[in-house]
Amino acid sequence: MPFRRYVEIGRVALVNYGPEYGKLVVIVDVIDQNRALVDSPNIVRTQINFKRLSLTDIKIEISRNPLKKELKEAIDKADVYNKWNKSSWGRKLIVQQRRAALTDFDRFKVMVSKIKRSSLIRKELSKLRKTQKA
Amino acid sequence: MSFRFHQYQVVGRALPTPTNESPKIYRMKLWATNEVRAKSKFWYFLRKLKKVKKSHGQMLAINEIFEKKPTTIKNFGIWVRYQSRTGYHNMYKEYRDTTLNGAVEQMYDEMASRHRVRFPCIQIIKTATVPVALCKRENTKQFHDSKIKFPLTYRKIRPPTRKLKTTYKASRPNTFV
Repeated sequence: MPFRRYVEIGRVALVNYGPEYGKLVVIVDVIDQNRALVDSPNIVRTQINFKRLSLTDIKIEISRNPLKKELKEAIDKADVYNKWNKSSWGRKLIVQQRRAALTDFDRFKVMVSKIKRSSLIRKELSKLRKTQKA
Repeated sequence: MSFRFHQYQVVGRALPTPTNESPKIYRMKLWATNEVRAKSKFWYFLRKLKKVKKSHGQMLAINEIFEKKPTTIKNFGIWVRYQSRTGYHNMYKEYRDTTLNGAVEQMYDEMASRHRVRFPCIQIIKTATVPVALCKRENTKQFHDSKIKFPLTYRKIRPPTRKLKTTYKASRPNTFV
């Protein structure tokens, strides 16, 4: 089982602990064994411990310590946010956020549509069973 | 980013006397947890250098010094004089950090863990931002690589807040990524 996600300059990571929780950041430089300098278009460049990062598969092309402007251009060129929202991990997070934002009425609607869907499936399944018996 | 140790510039002199109308003014840069302690440390050091005490001296200014560029990584060299159980020793230590206050905090933590030396027994002689070519320690030099790349082995999965911590888990954790 080789390693596939490396800590390197340009690696996109998800913050999984702390005040920046849930944000996608780019590793801009490595301070030492435990910390990296991390940047994103809407946060100030800060140091963060690797324990608070989950590395993703996305990597962008930047030089060490780029300007904020260069970082933005590289992110747009690599289309990071779209790639993220299309990836299976990103889609799961979107579903989680949607489910957390449901109101009680929305949950009722979900329940009703689940019942409708399963009744349709059961009807088709019983039809198939009848034809198989015959 | 809150630091335990803050850097202060402390300026003071002895009180003017009939024999000495305008005594020499001395300025020190030192690290302390707050301003009160910084002023006290200033007199501690000045007593060792000149014949001045807080009782016949006056504090002229105390200002906190902040990091100019906390968004760039620097290599800090810190020269330390510390008291061990058997005597006084000098040391030179290197740290990689974004701010000098962070490097000094690392130094105090490391001295306490590696040599069991506590804060009162450590005197910072000098600090400097060391350019990459002059770094001495392999530990800092191994990060001087513009194409640095390493995997994160052994990942412990933590709940995102301490509130969601549980004693028992349903399944064994996967520590690979």
